[in-house]
Amino acid sequence: MTLHDVSLDQPLFRVEGLTKRYGQRIGCADVSFDLWPGEVLGIVGESGSGKSTLLGCLAGHMQADEGKILYRGRNTLTMPEPERRVLSRTEWAFVHQNPRDGLRMGVSAGGNVGERLMAIGARHYGDIRETAIDWLGRVEISGERIDDRPRQFSGGMQQRLQIARNLVTSPRLVFMDEPTGGLDVSVQARLLDLLRGLVRDMGLSVIIVTHDLAVTRLLADRLMVMKDGRVIEHGLTDQVLDDPQAAYTQLLVSSVLQV
Amino acid sequence: MIEIQNLSKSFTLHNQGGAVIPVMAGAHLKVAPGECVALTGQSGAGKSTLMRMIYGNYLAASGSILVGGVDVAAATPRDIIRLRREILGYVSQFLRVVPRVPSRTVVAEPLLALGMPQETAHNRAEELLSLLNIPERLWSLSPTTFSGGEQQRVNIARGFAHAYPALLLDEPTASLDARNRDVVLGLIKAAKERGAAIVGIFHDEGARERVCTREVDVTVFTPGVAA
Repeated sequence: MTLHDVSLDQPLFRVEGLTKRYGQRIGCADVSFDLWPGEVLGIVGESGSGKSTLLGCLAGHMQADEGKILYRGRNTLTMPEPERRVLSRTEWAFVHQNPRDGLRMGVSAGGNVGERLMAIGARHYGDIRETAIDWLGRVEISGERIDDRPRQFSGGMQQRLQIARNLVTSPRLVFMDEPTGGLDVSVQARLLDLLRGLVRDMGLSVIIVTHDLAVTRLLADRLMVMKDGRVIEHGLTDQVLDDPQAAYTQLLVSSVLQV
Repeated sequence: MIEIQNLSKSFTLHNQGGAVIPVMAGAHLKVAPGECVALTGQSGAGKSTLMRMIYGNYLAASGSILVGGVDVAAATPRDIIRLRREILGYVSQFLRVVPRVPSRTVVAEPLLALGMPQETAHNRAEELLSLLNIPERLWSLSPTTFSGGEQQRVNIARGFAHAYPALLLDEPTASLDARNRDVVLGLIKAAKERGAAIVGIFHDEGARERVCTREVDVTVFTPGVAA
């Protein structure tokens, strides 16, 4: 199978029996799921439920102890490291909760976007700058700000810049760790709207970790609920939220304040 | 188009002593293309529960729910997502949208999800918004700030944007004035004429009489009530 034939009839990403331990303690245990092209999977659970550990293992930031992670049929856990790094730079992207973890704060906005293009071989300065301006526009940052450093940006703008930096290489799979966390509610809404449009227009598959159930309702097709490192419920987002089966999910859903 | 057999549903409230509440048993329903079936029965009888189960929003305990050949009671989330995109529409009572998204886009979204070019989708959206008497100056605004009736009309426009072969309508004429009620009944009639199979809840008796081909009392599916 070559890297370029992606079929809509095959899952893009398949996880089987993934387990990560911290010594005696379980990080996440026996997690399995399929993700299809264009699908958004939400992972929810409270702090310590294992959702961030799971995301870290999936994205290759942490080494899992057991299981398989198949990306377009290839096991990323046994793949040579250089190959996995190429994946992370090209077909995968990772949006951190804190933009400072995903951006280079001392480099201009244009540089932040252009750097990822250069990492995959772009060399023509004019083209890179033009693509960067285009992407800044797509995430609603004025092209006039291209030479400003991210630290001169608001939190919401930094997060949008991080998204531009990640999506400029047209990845297929995007990992997101609480991308709307720490932002004002009005800024969150703008970001959600932006993400939804990009997911639809680019046909992205997304795995998004969040503790915000409202965010999952608006963004995720499917939802996995985690507790103590295990997936305790998994289904269509609105079904899990409106007709939760597990005791813990019922508690989680009923604890949300209605506005 | 829609065929329900021996459907049952109960809720288990784990955080209230594990109480099990059976809400439906032995439900049957068959809706052919071009039919509009009204679910009747008093409040709490299970009309909304049945609609939500057809849409895959509530899980069935047992039985089958065939919609366009897909058994919603057994289908994978992925199959249900596709069913909802292409075959099965749902006009709920309340609009739930991302804040800040213009009404025009809210209405066009189901079409964009089907891959329709943006301009064509927006044209269709504008057609529906004007048909439903939403003033043009509101099209570029998010419906979150609209009045209840305006939100409901945006919701209806969205639900009718794509010509779904099967449609679920939850009180589509509630909170509408006479003029807009007529428009909505016209949309339902047109959907029937093009062969859509429709299931609806209509507290508005006049509306029910005008568009529904028959009524099904869900009380007979309520455990402990049916003889």
